[in-house]
Formats: sequence, structure tokens, C-alpha cells
Amino acid sequence: MQFIRSHVLVCGGTGCMSSGSRQVQANLEGEIARRGLGGEVRVVQTGCHGFCEMGPLVIIYPEGVFYVSVKAEDVPEIVENHLYKGRIVERLLYREPLSQERIPSYDEINFYKKQRRVILKNCGRINPDDINEYIAAGGYEALGKALTLMTPAAVVEEVKKSGLRGRGGAGFPTGMKWQFARQSPGEKKYIVCNADEGDPGAFMDRSVLEGDPHRIIEGMAVCGYAIGADEGYIYVRAEYPLAIKRLRTAIAQAEEMGFLGKDIFGSGFAFSLHIKEGAGAFVCGEETALLQSIEGKRGMPRPRPPFPAVSGLWGKPTNINNVETFANILPIIVDGGEKYAEIGTEKSKGTKIFALTGKINNTGLAEVPMGIAMREIIYDIGGGIVGGKKFKAVQIGGPSGGCLPEEMLDLTIDYDSLTAAGAMMGSGGLVVMDETTCMVDVAKFFLTFTQSESCGKCTPCREGTKRMLEILTRITDGEGRDGDIALLEDLARGIKQTALCGLGQTAPNPVLSTLKYFRHEYEAHIKDHVCPAGACANLTGYTITDGCRGCGMCKKACPVGAIAGEIKQRHTINHSVCIKCGACESQCPFKAIRKGA
Amino acid sequence: MKSLEELKKLREKLQSDTKLRAADGIKVIVGMGTCGIAAGAREVMAALMDEVKKRGVAGVAFQQTGCIGMCDKEVLVDIISPGGPRITYGNVRPSDAGRLVAEHVVNGQIVKDLVVAKSV
Repeated sequence: MQFIRSHVLVCGGTGCMSSGSRQVQANLEGEIARRGLGGEVRVVQTGCHGFCEMGPLVIIYPEGVFYVSVKAEDVPEIVENHLYKGRIVERLLYREPLSQERIPSYDEINFYKKQRRVILKNCGRINPDDINEYIAAGGYEALGKALTLMTPAAVVEEVKKSGLRGRGGAGFPTGMKWQFARQSPGEKKYIVCNADEGDPGAFMDRSVLEGDPHRIIEGMAVCGYAIGADEGYIYVRAEYPLAIKRLRTAIAQAEEMGFLGKDIFGSGFAFSLHIKEGAGAFVCGEETALLQSIEGKRGMPRPRPPFPAVSGLWGKPTNINNVETFANILPIIVDGGEKYAEIGTEKSKGTKIFALTGKINNTGLAEVPMGIAMREIIYDIGGGIVGGKKFKAVQIGGPSGGCLPEEMLDLTIDYDSLTAAGAMMGSGGLVVMDETTCMVDVAKFFLTFTQSESCGKCTPCREGTKRMLEILTRITDGEGRDGDIALLEDLARGIKQTALCGLGQTAPNPVLSTLKYFRHEYEAHIKDHVCPAGACANLTGYTITDGCRGCGMCKKACPVGAIAGEIKQRHTINHSVCIKCGACESQCPFKAIRKGA
Repeated sequence: MKSLEELKKLREKLQSDTKLRAADGIKVIVGMGTCGIAAGAREVMAALMDEVKKRGVAGVAFQQTGCIGMCDKEVLVDIISPGGPRITYGNVRPSDAGRLVAEHVVNGQIVKDLVVAKSV
């Protein structure tokens, strides 16, 4: 007789897999069998928990104990002490960065406590390869309800009522988009899911696909019913092999159980899904380029109108939404649009997943209600800045977004407040920077990205971003000229007004927002030839401070003889000779040598 | 899948499987200190699990705990109903599993002759 008393959930997201969760899982299974616990303990592989930095993650139910950074060698101790004797392995518990306190349970950790996991509810809690676990968690009820109890028009109405806006970046009202595609004349229509996640640092779409693939299938099928489409494509980049594998499994299971195919829920509605693997070009996240790519053509944007709702895939009316947008459909249909709209701000409803990265203690995915203050995300969920350094800025919205300074920390986040501040919701990448980050360098990083990803079809984006990048490179190299800032602003304005697609039009944003909030850093680079953050190699130097006791250690360490000074006198550095190697700083016993201007 | 009803029935059937991840039901805690294990705690727990399985009781969470100090009364088993007190049973043998599950876990009746402590 078998009675399963405990579930051991091992994270099988891409992050945890690369830190070794596969071996942890194999060892757990072996050790559990060796101890004779095989009949009462089940090991389950789940999707991503969003706390990849702490991976591999192992959660043991019914207690809900959350183990972090578990190594294969830790397994015998977990099995013997926790599973056999019921003793928590303290040393593997998460330690709160500020209080250094060990926290045993998932829900008590600050990183999760302030989150509101609606979209990520199942991620990390169910086995993504098992449709039964999705159904047990309430899955496919939205599809059943829509097909058997609602008209297509009522579905569109419900989505409109929810106030859901596109999570891919621009924030267009989803209900409106569905209505346009629904009203578009035509027998044949398509649904497309944009899973071409390309912003540096963003990985929420991948996590949803890997951790809860049926949720996307369900959202797309509901959309198909609403607009009258019987076929859909998921456009996912080939760099996401695990997401593709789990999607394929999920589609096969959904077909087998009759959630895809003909006459779903006995309603006569038919819907089938295909996966199209993209080659990973950033521009293919732009909807018209994405459609070209599905058709087998080179992925390049085309002017709109006509919008895809009128003439999309193979010239047919097409509705495109991003992964996270489709993931929102389930709660909207099951609980109703009004209930959904209770979360969020006046014009931005629901929750948003942010990918937290950079100089922050807790990196990972955080799902928060719209309207949360930036400070709460960075300090409460993110646990503050690494090494107790000073917060400088947060880059939000990826290459189309912008950098916001410390004064904006209390800004409440929604689509409109971010746009007004000169950033953008984008896909929700949140890169935190501390005092050692040079803002000109950051602008250069993002522009390098957009420049190399520019498809080259229109001149403003192809040539304009190249020229802007040249100017930024020369500024960070210490060769900035008078008038460079004005020139950057002029080019940015031109590109914004004339580029063909959204990517080009937003490419100058990182430069414009850093110019808006950190203009003094640009000026310091150009006029004073210093990098205030001490990050640009050509513009940084070492200074000997009052702490110098004149011991002479630095003078001996300097390989180029740039340091002068008498014993017991304060020494000085000759900046024209100094090669900025840092040897003096590392040798100084009094920490009297400081990097930066 | 032909109707919403069919889906709901299937879901209820499947939920018994993942229910222990949302622990809000009755808890059965077995003392697994060295003393407990020596007195046969593993066998008691196996018997209790068998009984729960046999009766098809859903949502029972089994946990283990360490030594509480009453080593001579091992095997110790605590049963906590949601919102109820913590009842500690002592000197539990595998043969007591049937009574504990049938009377306490299923019907909410405390098995008086085995009780050694009660706490909130």
C-alpha cells in the first residue's frame, strides 16, 4: 500500500538546471529509494520560482520548507534529517540579507512576502510536464467557461472590462486589440503568441512558458474563440530549448485530452497550435517583423497600417499578444473582469512581473501589483543594494526604457507614470545600479545592443544609432567634444520621429533619460575629463587622500614611477604618468588611495 | 473533454494528489527522535499512513518531529485538527493506528486512553 505523505519539489527552471538541479533531483530519487521511503515521498520537478540566484531550490511539503543553494552532496542530509526524522536542515535555509536570520518557509521570505503571484501562481508549485497538476490547480476552467457559458463577444467584453494592457511593452488595451481582430472581416484568422523575449535581463516569459505552459495554451485558445480563429502560432526563440520542449509536451497533452483539436468542450469550436522557433533576432519581437519571420521571410518590420488585426499572418486578420498577456486571461475569465480590475491603478490593472537584476541582493522574478512604489521593489523584495553601497539609478524597460534616479524611488509604477518619467514598462526588466556605475557607460551599453540588433531597413535606426554610439564611445574614451550633448539630443529626436518601427523609435530612450537625470555626468566626462563613478578606464584616476602616512608602499608598488613623496609626508600621483593599474591602491595599508576623480 | 462538469469532476479527483502542497487540513505528527525511532516510530507512522490510505481520507498532512523529552512514553503521536488543540498520544503501537485514524482523524473524537497531553 502506498501513501504519499510528502512532495519534494525540485526546481527545473533553466536557472536552477544550470546550477545543478538535475543532479540534485537524481540524488534525491536515489537516496529516497535507498532509505525505503520511495512509497511515501514523491519527487516532483517544477518550473521556475523566480529566485534563480538562490538555486537550486528544493521545497518540501507538507511543511513548505524552502531550501536554497542545494548541492548534490547535501542530499543525504536532507533525506535523513528532514524526510526520515522530520528535522529541518537549518544550514540550507534562506538567510535574509539584512537581518541574517534563517527563514524556513516560502511565504515568510521578504522576497516573496511582498509579491502578489497571480500569473506566477503555478510556477514552481506544479509539474509543468503534467497536465493533471495544471487541472488540479484550476486549469482549463477559463476555456471551459468561455466555450460553454459565454459568447465570443462576451469574452471580448470581459477582457475589456478587466482593463488588461499588453505586457509586451507598449501597453495597448488587450480587449480593444481583440475587438479589432474580431470585427475584421474574413473566414480565416490567426492567433499569435509573441514569445520572442529579447530584452537584456528579462526572463519572465521564459519562466511562464517553462513553469506553466498550459496557461498560455489556454489563454490562446480563449482568444481564438473570442475572435473566431481556429489556428495559432507560438513564436519562441530557439535559445529557449526547455520552454520549447515543455510547450511541445503540453500541446500534445492538451490535444490528447481534448483541450485542443476539434469540438472542444462539445462546443463545436476547433483550435490547433503550432510552435515556430525564431532565430533570436531582437527585431523579431516587433509584431510585423515576427509575422514575416513566421511566413519564412527575413524578419523586418513593415509600416503600419495595415495593422495585423486587419492584415497579419499571410494577409489574414491576426491577433498578437505577448506571453504574459495571455497568462492573464485565465483569472479574467474565471473570476470576471471586474474582480481582476480590483488590483492595480486607475489605468493599469492587474500585476506585472519584473525581472530584478544588477547590484541588488535578491535578484530574480518578482510579480507585484501595478502601482507599487519602486522603493518597495528594490528594498523590500530586492533586499537593497549589494555590499551596502549607495543606490544610484534603476534602468527599467530594457533597451527601449530609461534610467530613473534616486529622487524617483517613490514613484509608483504603472504604464503611464513610467512613460511620464522618461522610462517605459517595456517587458519589465529592472536593472539596479549603484554608485560605481557610470551612466554614460550604461547608455552606451544599451545603444550598443540596439545598434547591433537594428535590422537595417530604415536609415534613422541603422545610421542614427550608429552615429549616437560613436559619440557615446568617444565621450567614455575621454575624447568628448563641446556640442556632443546637443548633437546626441538632436539625433535622438530625429530617430524617435522618423524610425520605421517601435524598436527604432525607442532606441534613443536610454540616452535621453540619462541626459535628463544625469547630464552632469556627461558634462564631467566631456569638460573635466573625469568619470565621476570611476568606471571609464580612460577617465578615472587614483587620488591619495589625507589618510596617507607617507609609508612609501605605494611608491614601491607603482610600476611606472608615477608616485612621488618623502617618507612621513603625504604622497602624490602624477596623473600624466599613471597607467591606472591599481597596484598602489591594493598595497596601501591605510586605505588612503581612492579610485575615482 | 466534453463539458465543464466533466472538467470539474476530473479536477476534484486530481486535487487529492496535490492537496498536501496547500497544507490546511489535519496534521499527524510522529516523534522521530532517537528514542522514538528505537521505540518503533517508523512502524507506527507506516501503519497510520496505511490506515489513512485505506480509508481514503484526503488532506492529512504527516510530519515528523524530534524528541520532546517524554522518552519513556514513545512512540508519541500528535494530532492537530484545524483550529483545534494539539492532542499528544503516548505509547502508541502500530496496532493503535486503526483507532487513531478512525476515531480522531475521521470523526474528531479523542482516543482518551492513549492521551498523555493536550495543548493549544
